[in-house]
Amino acid sequence: MSLDEIYTGHDVDLVRVATRLRAVIRPDQVRDGATETHLYRRDASTMSNTAGIVCFAESTADVQAIVQIAAEFGVPFLARGSGTGLAGGAVPPPGAIVISTTKMNKIISVDPVSRMAWVEPGVLNLDLSKQIAHLGVHFAPDPSSQQTCSIGGNVANNSGGPHCLADGVTNAHIHGMEVVLPDGSVTIFGGEEPEPDGFDLRGVFVGSEGMFGVATKVCVRLMQNPPDVATMLMDFASVSDGADLVSDIIAAGIVPAAVEMMDQLCLVAVEAFIHAGLPVEQAAALLIEVVGPARGVAADVARISELATARNVGGVRIAADDAERALLWKGRKSAFGAIANIKPDYYLHDTVVPRNKLSGVLDQIYAIVKEHDLQVLNVFHAGDGNLHPLLVFDGKEPGVYERVHAAGRAIVKASVDAGGVLSGEHGIGLEKRDLMPLMFSETDLAAQADLRRAFDPQMLSNPDKVLPSPATCGEIHRAPEGAWI
Amino acid sequence: MDLTVDDFAANIGSTEPVAVVGLATRATPPGDVRLVTAPVGIDWIQPAEMTIQCGAGTPVDDVAQALAEHGQQIPFPPGGTIGGALAVGHSGIRRLAYGAMRDALLQTHYVGSTGKVVKAGGPTVKNVSGFDLCRLMVGSRGTLGFLGDVILRTRPISAYEQWFTSDRDPWTLLTGLFRPTTVLWDGAATWVLLEGHEGDVTEMAEVYGLNPIDRAPDLPSGGRWSMAPSELPSLRVAQPGSFIAEIGVGVVHHTRPRPSRQVDPVQAQLHARIKGEFDPTGRLNPGVDVLTVI
Repeated sequence: MSLDEIYTGHDVDLVRVATRLRAVIRPDQVRDGATETHLYRRDASTMSNTAGIVCFAESTADVQAIVQIAAEFGVPFLARGSGTGLAGGAVPPPGAIVISTTKMNKIISVDPVSRMAWVEPGVLNLDLSKQIAHLGVHFAPDPSSQQTCSIGGNVANNSGGPHCLADGVTNAHIHGMEVVLPDGSVTIFGGEEPEPDGFDLRGVFVGSEGMFGVATKVCVRLMQNPPDVATMLMDFASVSDGADLVSDIIAAGIVPAAVEMMDQLCLVAVEAFIHAGLPVEQAAALLIEVVGPARGVAADVARISELATARNVGGVRIAADDAERALLWKGRKSAFGAIANIKPDYYLHDTVVPRNKLSGVLDQIYAIVKEHDLQVLNVFHAGDGNLHPLLVFDGKEPGVYERVHAAGRAIVKASVDAGGVLSGEHGIGLEKRDLMPLMFSETDLAAQADLRRAFDPQMLSNPDKVLPSPATCGEIHRAPEGAWI
Repeated sequence: MDLTVDDFAANIGSTEPVAVVGLATRATPPGDVRLVTAPVGIDWIQPAEMTIQCGAGTPVDDVAQALAEHGQQIPFPPGGTIGGALAVGHSGIRRLAYGAMRDALLQTHYVGSTGKVVKAGGPTVKNVSGFDLCRLMVGSRGTLGFLGDVILRTRPISAYEQWFTSDRDPWTLLTGLFRPTTVLWDGAATWVLLEGHEGDVTEMAEVYGLNPIDRAPDLPSGGRWSMAPSELPSLRVAQPGSFIAEIGVGVVHHTRPRPSRQVDPVQAQLHARIKGEFDPTGRLNPGVDVLTVI
């Protein structure tokens, strides 16, 4: 099945649209050749399509001009940052105008006293933190793709990351944004002041997956760098002991900066890759980081160690210096790269379960994967119950994709059945759009569709994502090729 | 809860104007309109999940007391009901460290203008499944739906906390102290709340010459102003004693009402479209306009 079948046809003369675009922005910013439209056909998910026209916006005025022309011709459009999204949110509908924000990459202003900065959406997540490091502050959300993902993309997906456990996900770190609405008008949601008048449209825009307009400037909250950090690696002979320790820590009133878990297959793969002396003989390891003033950090480390002893912890390794800390985090963050040593392909999932269900759902995941004759690595944000099972496989094996998709569906269902949710940080996009009824009733989805319609009555801004039909347009849409839904 | 959300929905019905009232501490209900009250009571507390579910009509202070038994709290200002606090959307004075109150709302069942129950959000602390109707509800003053029940994210009560005063410049303290919970300033004096390990708090207080005091200052209640935190130094010329500002946040507790402001026409149109989608007949909390309410 092709993507054409899931998208409503847009019978528009794209040559005329491109000509109009070249009249309002520089001609070299408008690309409609096969190379560009093919390059922008996909994001980091397994789904793809072909863009109609690719525009490289350099300013709010550029974005506004492009969106106005899209509205005039009734052509769908979508903003695209770095294209690292995993749920197909930046896969263009056929004939869509892709507005690349990569050239809008300036840090406009930084206020280290009030701890906020205005940035353009194309600024890369890690670049921002690096460029303001000398001021003793950082941008807290740290997705694993932080070297390449953009702030605009973080806003669109309400991105998470290991250090969101204590400090919250992207929504808690965005004060406001300048937005080009789908009708081409420009406004500011939220802002530097704490209680702007009206609805919290700032909060609503974050995580709207590009369907409410295009952010052209973002006001981010910056966090003070901690004076002291302790990074611990604890290993366990049973996955459930490690998982249960996570709940024990939270129940004891400690919210670490990060609590990450890696299971044995992951430890083995990563160790072969980075040689950090990881506990490859054990069933699982937890990477726990606590931050703050020294005495509080020491007290938390002592208490967590006590709790771990009660859960039969094997080894406890505390990073002696920044170099060892960096090595341990490299182990966590390079897990995806290490997989190539096992199998050439992987499918990364993203669900959330209540912390106290982690152990049970992990058991179910192992059973599901065995049943489908696959292998799984678990490397995830245990502190907030955010699972990331990585199904590893060789795409050349006949029939393997069917097994991968079936196992994925079973894992998502098991997570929701355990009182969890469809996605913790990757978003819904195309990937999980048709699974939304697992969590929401028709009435619930209709309310979300109402909100979408209020922002975008013409339904042109990144259409056909997030909401399953009939909530979007009343037509029966089918799953795109490559989706495991 | 003393009432199910379905019963609450039945009370709201699907026609005729209706307003929801809690303890009427934050806003006065409109006159000449049928009033309903939201379910009251705590369904459950899960300390290891750091979550609580309760009716929106539950008093904030009851929730605070119940959570304190588990060493936890919610970042809500005291008084009134949970639903009232969320509908108004004003955070407490610990926002600098705790973040905005809106971030505590994980899930709600609210009743829409057609009388149907709608679920928004999800029960886990992390969730990006669909559009964020929870954020839409917080601060919407019951004009888009009436909150029935809620799941809130809690946070631990710190091992130690202490209020201090200082005559130092508040911005020096804001930038020098590690994540102070609150920094207040009235144009002359500065108050600081620090939390954490007692030894760390004591050491920071010594380094910055802070003087311990028993409690927070009384806040002026004539008006609540919202300013960019970088603009707060402009209050130096204000009459002493006329305000206490939350440094680093921008909320100013003033003796005078907030000056009225111009509404951006683009925002006004978008607000009207949202209201039109969620409550086309304008039956929910009639007369309330979130863009002009002070």
